[in-house]
Amino acid sequence: MRRTALLAAAILLAPALTACGADDEDTTLHVYAAASLTSTFEQVAAVFEEEHDGVDVELSFAGSSDLVSSIREGADADVLASADLATMDEITADGLEAGDPVDFATNTLQIVVPPGNPAGITGFADLAGTDVKLVICAPEVPCGAATRKISENTGVTLSPVSQEQSVADVLGKVTSGEADAGLVYVTDVIAAGDEVEGIELPEAADVVNTYPIVALADSGQDDLAQEFVDLVLGASGQEILAGAGFAPAP
Amino acid sequence: MTTRARTTGLPGWIFVPATLGAVFVLLPLVAIIARVDWANFVPLITSESSRAALWLSLRTSTVSTVLCVLLGVPMAVVLARTEFRGQGVLRSLVLLPLVLPPVVGGLALLYTFGRRGLLGETFSAWGIEIAFSAAAVVMAQTFVSMPFLVVSLEGALRTAGERYEVVAATLGAGPTTVFRRVTLPLVLPGLLSGAVLAFARALGEFGATVTFAGSLQGTTQTLPSLIYQQRVTDPDAAVALALVLVVVAVVVIGFARQGRGSTR
Repeated sequence: MRRTALLAAAILLAPALTACGADDEDTTLHVYAAASLTSTFEQVAAVFEEEHDGVDVELSFAGSSDLVSSIREGADADVLASADLATMDEITADGLEAGDPVDFATNTLQIVVPPGNPAGITGFADLAGTDVKLVICAPEVPCGAATRKISENTGVTLSPVSQEQSVADVLGKVTSGEADAGLVYVTDVIAAGDEVEGIELPEAADVVNTYPIVALADSGQDDLAQEFVDLVLGASGQEILAGAGFAPAP
Repeated sequence: MTTRARTTGLPGWIFVPATLGAVFVLLPLVAIIARVDWANFVPLITSESSRAALWLSLRTSTVSTVLCVLLGVPMAVVLARTEFRGQGVLRSLVLLPLVLPPVVGGLALLYTFGRRGLLGETFSAWGIEIAFSAAAVVMAQTFVSMPFLVVSLEGALRTAGERYEVVAATLGAGPTTVFRRVTLPLVLPGLLSGAVLAFARALGEFGATVTFAGSLQGTTQTLPSLIYQQRVTDPDAAVALALVLVVVAVVVIGFARQGRGSTR
């Protein structure tokens, strides 16, 4: 019994130990990116690792404000790509950037409904209906701020059944069919595929979320960090972003 | 406590890791207190959203505790006083929410009572919509806190033994009378401390609630959801509210300890 336990422990630990050994030889680049960039930055990182032998890109995805607060608390990050300018301003206000942040993509909101659009939503005004279960982002997060702005611009008062902490939470409530409609980014609708349907939102054109990227001052591998930023801004990075539904930065 | 340690002769070194463990648990609480913006503490915890969240948390946790007692007491009695095949498995399953990540609990509830869930369509047909309502908050809280009541009550029942129940039965008391007049009074302290623990767990419930009920001020935004939402944009408010929860938890645990102490 005891011997089997030991053996099991050895088997379980072996790959972990060898993995540690391999890691030491590699250079690791820590990239912090907004949650909405998950699939695109995974592709960009793969390209980067292909171009740079022995470099391991480690991606951390979270809400932009969460990323900023962990960087301000001293997280080991080399590059930050956030989902709005306001969160990036907090980084520059603290002088944590290595160069000026550069805008690399934009994203707009779209209405998202479960397949078949059970509530028959056709446009923004329909969302105000009292029998429509609408889920939006809380005004404290970028997608919620954009939602509020559209509501103000159009004069349509929304009465959501829930204000979620992130786009992913809104999407989850729609894909599970709990909500009749939600407001998320165009890229999220594309990424969700057949799980949801997107409805064009012309009113969103005036409320554009701009994504800035920056190499961070405390990086210690400034050149590598800058090369990652350049890759995102370059042709192959922009192509990956466009494929996911992001619009180019103006 | 100290006298008992002296008589059994604990090895001296054991106090080093014990102290370390205590510091590990207590230091984060001290850190919270150190971060509190005392000058604005009262305005922060009495803002409209704070009061709405606190009031909702207290209301839903109370209802959840009542539900836990109504359903959990019979469950604990059945588990403690009967024997049947598969009882061990059943007990483990009933206690599952204790170790399950709350988010998973929330998903499970969603797949059961959600609009497209196992029972959701039946409920919809009756005109009952649970998701996004305070009822959903109560269900999430009851789901995660029920095991606390069942565990502590089952323990109390086993410790109390069946002697008095047997005597009462031989004297001619029916099963319901025995349950009401003997069993319940006997384990009342255990029941109280279990209920208090369940209440505390319900008050702190977050993962299952946001997954199943969502978050909207006054309807489903409990104190923990508000703290989570405020932590980035208004850390001062989050810390102040966190302290309120810590204080409530300490008071509640104090109650539970007293309840348990009197059984000994």
